[in-house]
Amino acid sequence: MMRTVSLGARRIGYEVRAYFRQGDTVFFTFLFPVVMLTIFSVSFSEGSFGQAADGTEVTAAHFYLPAMLAAGLLLSGLQNLAIDIAIEKSDGTLKRLAGSPLPVVSYFIGKLGQSLATGALQAGLLLLLGFTVFGVPLPEEPERWITFAWVFALGVVTSAMLGIALSAVPRSGKSATAVVIPITLVLQFISGVYLSFTLLPEWLQNVASVFPLKWMAQGMRSVFLPDTLEVLEQGESWNLEGVAIALAVWLVVGLVLARVTFRWIRKDS
Amino acid sequence: MDAAVTRVGVPLGCEKGHSGRMTTHENVVEVRGLRKTYGDMNAVDSVDFDIHRGETFALLGPNGAGKSTTIEILEGYRDRTAGEVSVLGVDPAHGGLDWKARLGIVLQSSGESGAVTVAEQLRHFAALYPKPRDVDEVIAAVGLESKAGTLIRKLSGGQRRRVDVAVGIIGAPELLFLDEPTTGFDPEARRSFWQLIRTLQSEGTSILLTTHYLDEAAQLGDRAGIIAAGRMIDVAPIAELGGADARIPLVRWREQGNLREQRTETPATLVGELVARLGAEPEGLEVIRPSLEDVYLDLVGREHAEVTA
Repeated sequence: MMRTVSLGARRIGYEVRAYFRQGDTVFFTFLFPVVMLTIFSVSFSEGSFGQAADGTEVTAAHFYLPAMLAAGLLLSGLQNLAIDIAIEKSDGTLKRLAGSPLPVVSYFIGKLGQSLATGALQAGLLLLLGFTVFGVPLPEEPERWITFAWVFALGVVTSAMLGIALSAVPRSGKSATAVVIPITLVLQFISGVYLSFTLLPEWLQNVASVFPLKWMAQGMRSVFLPDTLEVLEQGESWNLEGVAIALAVWLVVGLVLARVTFRWIRKDS
Repeated sequence: MDAAVTRVGVPLGCEKGHSGRMTTHENVVEVRGLRKTYGDMNAVDSVDFDIHRGETFALLGPNGAGKSTTIEILEGYRDRTAGEVSVLGVDPAHGGLDWKARLGIVLQSSGESGAVTVAEQLRHFAALYPKPRDVDEVIAAVGLESKAGTLIRKLSGGQRRRVDVAVGIIGAPELLFLDEPTTGFDPEARRSFWQLIRTLQSEGTSILLTTHYLDEAAQLGDRAGIIAAGRMIDVAPIAELGGADARIPLVRWREQGNLREQRTETPATLVGELVARLGAEPEGLEVIRPSLEDVYLDLVGREHAEVTA
């Protein structure tokens, strides 16, 4: 058990190092929300997205910061791992590991750690950009930061587990991005990341509520947006219990699917 | 068959290995009646062989003959359809982490993204094994000292292959699988690879080698098995493959426009008789002492003829 954990810790270092040496992952997974936040903040800089209780306007940057933080959770966990592991399956990385005495749990700890570490750096970068460049007011109440912490942690872990499960779908490393990116893109459009959730028809909101990203975005909005905007949510509430339950359910689903579908190699293919 | 008799004559019990540890005639690999079926095709059929502790066993055969299927079953990568297999005393279908820690595997191909350096990769893999070799020594042994800090994806194909070999031996395995290890090596790199393998052999490592290069098998192998169309057609010490008859020199010449050939233990005498009989230098005269390659091609060709007949 100790060995599994210490090798897992080693894997995290190895995985994070490799992550930042892959130009395409750094751009499409790590920097993408940062780029999108910049584009939205600049494009809609004249617009107002609501008013706080003291009458200050909610700017585009303020409105899109929680959305991009939620997108980051999905990208750092699900998109990152689904593509990464599918590629590792087809390029022989997993076959090599399968022949080594690396416990499969250590491998998962490595992937999870990579998602958490890169996700945290990404969130830090988004907060820094929002605060320093676009003047987004950051919350002062500790409760909000506690909410941020658990939505972040639960969000990344859930999204990472779903990523491991989804990595079983692409039949080759080459097709991985083609299979995974449309899924994450559609989820982002229907879950209130790029488009304001309130603008979506109710049926589409209900569809989105089945998936975890909607709940991550809602959790992040509850942290960063003024409470005056709470009425715009479904049920006119941030519904943090709902966020916790939805993410926990998806976490269990992801764990089970990952456990059932993950193989070091496709035997006899 | 003399040599075989001598070999059996070695006292069964034990010999002293170069490493100083006692090597017995214990088998590190035992394969009996191995069969692997895909659909209704037998990729491997009724294959039997053993690998003794400390020996290098070369598995030879044409592409698609079943070499890789066999080796991957032994490595635990594939399930078998039938037969008994024991690798280091364990059924590879149920080999755990402790078992894997005693193996070294160099796969046939690798296309990993290589986003870590040579030294990082080896340090990482060294950490997975209970008693690894020294990372710097292994890097030096495969001749990559000057590339230790280079990302693996920036190496040439031959250099990447050497990283594969380094990763395969970093855990100081008891049994090393080398699946076509020197494909893509230049002659010099191949020679230094052989030197590395000889060092491992002297340390007592048992090795299963598949290769297309018969000179490599002859250089490194103690015994060899030839597999064709999924069947093991011969298993013997390298010098005895194909039996004694296969190595009888062949005299070939042209007489009245026809190609004539005759096997004889005394080729010089035959040539003398020919000169006397023809009263002239025989046309197109050749005396061929069959090399391992000739013996191999003859064996595989015969098998092919039987399969198609």
